[in-house]
Amino acid sequence: MPYKSQAVAKYYFVAAIALFVGQILFGLVMGLQYVMGDFLFPEIPFNVARMVHTNLLIVWLLFGFMGASYYLVPEEAETELYSPMLALGLFWIFLIAGALTILGYLLVPYATLAEITMNDLLPTMGREFLEQPTITKIGIVIVALGFLFNIGMTVLKGKKTVVSLVLLMGLTGLAVFFLFSFYNPTNLVLDKYFWWWVVHLWVEGVWELILGAILAFVLIKVTGVDREIIEKWLYIIIAMTLITGIIGTGHHYYWIGTPDYWSWWGSIFSALEPIPFFLMVVYAFTMVYKRRREHPNKAATLWALGTAVMAFLGAGVWGFLHTLAPVNYYTHGTQLTAAHGHMAFYGAYVMIVLTMISYAMPIIRGRAAANSERSQLWEMWSFWLMTVSMVFITLFLTAAGVLQTWLQRYTDAPLDFMTTQSKIEIFYWLREGAGAVFLIGLIVYIASFFVGSKDEERTVS
Amino acid sequence: MSEVFTKIMARNIFYGGSLFFFLLFLGLTFDTVQSSHKRDHRENITEKVALGKKVWEDNNCIGCHTLLGEGAYFAPELGNVYKRFGNSTAAIMAFIKTRPKEGIPGRRSMPQFNLSDEELEAVAEFLKWTSEIDTNNWPPNIKG
Ligand code: HEC
Ligand code: HEM
Ligand code: HEM
Ligand SMILES: [Fe+2]
Repeated sequence: MPYKSQAVAKYYFVAAIALFVGQILFGLVMGLQYVMGDFLFPEIPFNVARMVHTNLLIVWLLFGFMGASYYLVPEEAETELYSPMLALGLFWIFLIAGALTILGYLLVPYATLAEITMNDLLPTMGREFLEQPTITKIGIVIVALGFLFNIGMTVLKGKKTVVSLVLLMGLTGLAVFFLFSFYNPTNLVLDKYFWWWVVHLWVEGVWELILGAILAFVLIKVTGVDREIIEKWLYIIIAMTLITGIIGTGHHYYWIGTPDYWSWWGSIFSALEPIPFFLMVVYAFTMVYKRRREHPNKAATLWALGTAVMAFLGAGVWGFLHTLAPVNYYTHGTQLTAAHGHMAFYGAYVMIVLTMISYAMPIIRGRAAANSERSQLWEMWSFWLMTVSMVFITLFLTAAGVLQTWLQRYTDAPLDFMTTQSKIEIFYWLREGAGAVFLIGLIVYIASFFVGSKDEERTVS
Repeated sequence: MSEVFTKIMARNIFYGGSLFFFLLFLGLTFDTVQSSHKRDHRENITEKVALGKKVWEDNNCIGCHTLLGEGAYFAPELGNVYKRFGNSTAAIMAFIKTRPKEGIPGRRSMPQFNLSDEELEAVAEFLKWTSEIDTNNWPPNIKG
């Protein structure tokens, strides 16, 4: 590890993985509730499990992004982190605030939580993904500002590379667009309009800058390809991201009471959104093909290539599937949306965080460059278990979604929602099965940190 | 990529393109905010409807239901439930009020929220107002 202060990333990575486990457990709870409606009712109603599942996802990805930044920025800037103490302090604040929020969801009725956190003073709760009490949201902003300050000061005092600049722009955008979560007009149409400024402009905007920067960093390290070439690709990819993705927000403005013209703007621009994801696949494989060194961390390279492929499938292909207004008219808000949401989040953001952890953790833990052969073998098994089961989760939900669209929306004698759900139950059972395999993959992943940790480091022969 | 296309050119496309399309987005947003009163009938947002939105949020109804197709996919779409229930706020209120505390065995269940009469009426009025938004004819049929 070139700089001592990079070690602070370890806290963030460990917390991220722990919360990931929680996320998956609640995913499995919901998966069961889909087929056994009264499972854990009324102790843990579906909406509570869902909040825990999605909020844990977002929080652990944020831990992952922060950890990745604390590792990446000092190395790029070629200087110690501005303040490792601040990074550690913010870590505990964020972890405790996050844990209290999750406990709040689980222990008291949501309306009580809204009351005791004085939601009426500045009502922001009760909207999908933004369920956190207002006070938690303020906490997130404070942590984000402290974090940006720390990272920004590090870049300022050191070398300013394209990779850290793009990362910093992405992280700043993340913080700025989160501010729209505080805007909650009584007019539902405007509420929904600006809600997407957080959700869409995150995952199809600024987060892709973060994704691009981390991927570029790892590719530079594991392939040894000239930085100039990688940086040029990075600029092209993020240019295409924002050129298509900003107006692409319109694919959420077809049916919520916003003007007609969004059908055109949204369909045309979002149809181009797969381009940057496609470029990412070409670029990742080209860089690995043209590599100038053999890096002993084969697992990290696998994660990097996997990220590009799965992000393209989940966001690019599954996103395109339902993004044109005439298609979306029938599929809007069905299991097809859930299918896409799962594979896109996993492929793009879960996998990029795991890529970074895979590259950085062995070094933080005292290896020269990579884990032992055995440890990497376990890690690669977990890669395949989790990735293949996510493909199956997506396929089963897609089947459920297509049938749901057909039975409830398209035939001449449409069925009501609950009847439709009971007719497609088999696919929910299959999804739950695939989810169980995902959990096994996650356990194997965690085991890979302990297996073979006394063995000799893998080297290139 | 050849040297004809340089890193500086890629960088300029990034900054220029992003800025241009962000400004265009702001322009479209301005127009949307200006003109959507024709579709959302905001003049009908009474105090009761506003309270209804608060009840909706304070009880996290979106955690199981979709509203205009956004939310969770576990329970029926509610953007048009007012129409599905025969243009009746009373039917909506009765449904919410009569949910059994312990759920319905074997069936996906909705919690009993113990709402006051005022809250019940408000959330029903909110769903009525929502059903009157011009959504380009979505959902495709009354089933949601
Ligand atoms: C834990 C999940 C959950 C939450 C939270 C929830 N609901 Fe429901 N809701 C359901 C389910 C499941 C049904 C379908 C019940 C059935 O058909 O037996 C339903 C049905 C309804 C219906 C009738 C829809 C129809 O077409 O038959 C209305 C109206 C409704 N809910 C309103 C609300 C309101 C208002 C809230 C918030 C105060 C809310 N629900 C919160 C699960 C939930
Ligand atoms: C990594 C990038 C992406 C992620 C993480 C992601 C995630 C999601 C999620 C979670 C939702 C559901 C939101 C909700 O709950 O209402 C969603 C909706 C949607 N996404 Fe994506 N997405 C990504 C990229 C894309 C791309 C590139 C496209 C288009 C090509 C796209 C098209 C859509 C559409 C059309 C919807 C609305 C579905 C509906 O009408 O119900 N997404 N996305
Ligand atoms: C064990 C595997 C998993 C199971 C069984 C599972 C199950 C579920 C269920 C039932 C929902 C709610 C759908 C609804 O609203 O009705 C959901 C939502 C969601 N899950 Fe998972 N999940 C799993 C893993 C994951 C993973 C790994 C991710 C991240 C990549 C993830 C991300 C999400 C997201 C983003 C949503 C919101 C989707 C949307 O609004 O479209 N889940 N999950
Ligand atoms: Fe989107």
